[in-house]
Amino acid sequence: MFRYEYYLRNKHFPHIWCTGCGCGIILKSLLRAIDRSALSKDEIALISGIGCSSRTPGYVDFNTLHTTHGRALAFATGLKLAKPDLKVIVVSGDGDATAIGGNHFIHTARRNIDITAIIYNNHIYGMTGGQASPTTPLGKRGSTAPYGSIEPDFDISGLAIAAGASFVARSTCYHAVQLDKFIEKGLSKKGFSLIEVLSPCPTYYSRPNRLGTAVDMMRWYKENSIPFARAKDMSAEERRDKVITGILHDIERPEFCEEYKRLTERVKGT
Amino acid sequence: MIVARTGNEAMAEAMRQINPDVVAAYPITPATEVVQLFSKFVHDGQVDTQFVPAESEHSAISACVGASSTGARVMTSTASQGIALMHEILFIASGLRLPIVICLVNRALSSPINIHCDHSDSLASRDSGWIQIFTENTQEAYDTTIIAVKVAEAASLPAMVTTDGFIISHGMERVELVDDEAVPKFLGERKIQHSLLDVDNPKTFGALDLQDYFFEHKRSEIDAMDHVLPIIEKVQDEYGKLSGRHYPLVDEYRMDDAEVAILCMGSTGGTGKVAVERLREQGKKVGLVRCRVYRPFPKEAMVAALAKAKVVGVLDRSDTMSTLGGHLYNDARSILYDSDMRPHLKNYVYGLGGRDISIEDIESIYKELFAIQKTGKVDKDIVYFGVRGE
Repeated sequence: MFRYEYYLRNKHFPHIWCTGCGCGIILKSLLRAIDRSALSKDEIALISGIGCSSRTPGYVDFNTLHTTHGRALAFATGLKLAKPDLKVIVVSGDGDATAIGGNHFIHTARRNIDITAIIYNNHIYGMTGGQASPTTPLGKRGSTAPYGSIEPDFDISGLAIAAGASFVARSTCYHAVQLDKFIEKGLSKKGFSLIEVLSPCPTYYSRPNRLGTAVDMMRWYKENSIPFARAKDMSAEERRDKVITGILHDIERPEFCEEYKRLTERVKGT
Repeated sequence: MIVARTGNEAMAEAMRQINPDVVAAYPITPATEVVQLFSKFVHDGQVDTQFVPAESEHSAISACVGASSTGARVMTSTASQGIALMHEILFIASGLRLPIVICLVNRALSSPINIHCDHSDSLASRDSGWIQIFTENTQEAYDTTIIAVKVAEAASLPAMVTTDGFIISHGMERVELVDDEAVPKFLGERKIQHSLLDVDNPKTFGALDLQDYFFEHKRSEIDAMDHVLPIIEKVQDEYGKLSGRHYPLVDEYRMDDAEVAILCMGSTGGTGKVAVERLREQGKKVGLVRCRVYRPFPKEAMVAALAKAKVVGVLDRSDTMSTLGGHLYNDARSILYDSDMRPHLKNYVYGLGGRDISIEDIESIYKELFAIQKTGKVDKDIVYFGVRGE
């Protein structure tokens, strides 16, 4: 029988996340997906950088590595090459993955190395006090953008697709059942798989932007999400300010560890 | 004006009065507030600064270098991993002789991850060619931020002013502010010999410099560092006249007749002074030396201060990981080598990752120093104070 406690380092609770934060929902979804994938705890390496999302590995009973800001994917790449049999999962946030770690993000996707990355996108730097991040939507407020951000925002999933990831899906903390499936699919996909999860930050994003409580944010996700299949036939105007959820991209491409192995065999003549 | 401010608020206030042309920054605990509060001043039109929220510390300091090479007055703030990520560019800033000022909030370097105070971050940048000044409290952090801008520009070298993370950065104290109008008058305009924006006389910065001239350029940078201490003394003197607060290179406290003393940096100076007062009340001749200006190292003033005591306990909130103890201890031993008034030295590495040091802790250190004075022998020269299993 599935029990969260089996996968958790229970003595580390209570966690540090704020009331209404989406990090806990994503953590539970990840654990359900891992359980369904029938992976043993010792087969998994969970790696993070810095930020609210990056506290996740501290709470779980896998091989875990808490690294520096933005570098989780670089650490994970080294780990995966050294131990290709491990299931390597990276948890990261929008600031961690697309600002300070943006370079690692695009190159990990380009190499298509067999890593599953789950990006918690709360549109803000939560840990340091609500500074605008690369995914803060144009016009929305952050503590460094008290009159609204004037910078266009990144589309994390779009970035991953363009850079070469073989599996990309987007969901929200409201769509937890769907999220379980996407993570499970990502884990079984050979190559770089990315799951972007829209996650509420009631403390630093909703409050300055007057978006209400965590419940209001969940309602917003529910009412403003459009499945990818339906969105395809919609105009740009109709898609504006909506969240397109679903499996956005799923292709077969050569995977980096396998290519590396093939190369060494060819050069060594074995 | 007298106000209540945390260290971060006080540094932000100083930046508001300095009104730099450009501030580029990236958030990091516990320094975030400095520039975040400053960004409010920008948005509210209280300063004329171009504010750049960068995508990493590496980008932030790079933007600072670009801006400073045009002749702009440039500042930023960071801590720990932030200054570590800036490391590459720190050398570019000093090599190009750009007087950028960083408000650095001391925090332990990873790994393991920690957000509290020790000096491992600033001291890892010790050899980057930056002027480094460590402050003891909120007032000093405020004053030194203003002083550092003038010193850096006069010396054509970058400077970092440090506060102790959370202890000073988040501790609220009484702060006396200089008048808003007095600060720009005190600083004047930045004078620049070569500007990147002098389009009539195009110039190249940071060009390839091999065996032919690299050494001469580095030698001139060392020479510039050699001239910094008199500049600091002059600027501190001018600032003293303006504010009534006079800062030394080396802060001596009750040293004139001290038999034993401690040498330290940062907020521990304040804790130590209270311990000195308590012991003085019991008739014990104890003193304290605080290294305020750390780079360049004020050798003469420091030798003169340390030579007054027979035993000195050197308190380092950092370790060099060389098996030779802390940074300050190594500096103290080095400068005393040629002195014929060498006190006994004992190194106490303490407080890593923010472990607290109390007045009673420092009293117990003085007690040990008196025991050394009595026997004339240092049994163990480097100890790790307040750590389990020691």
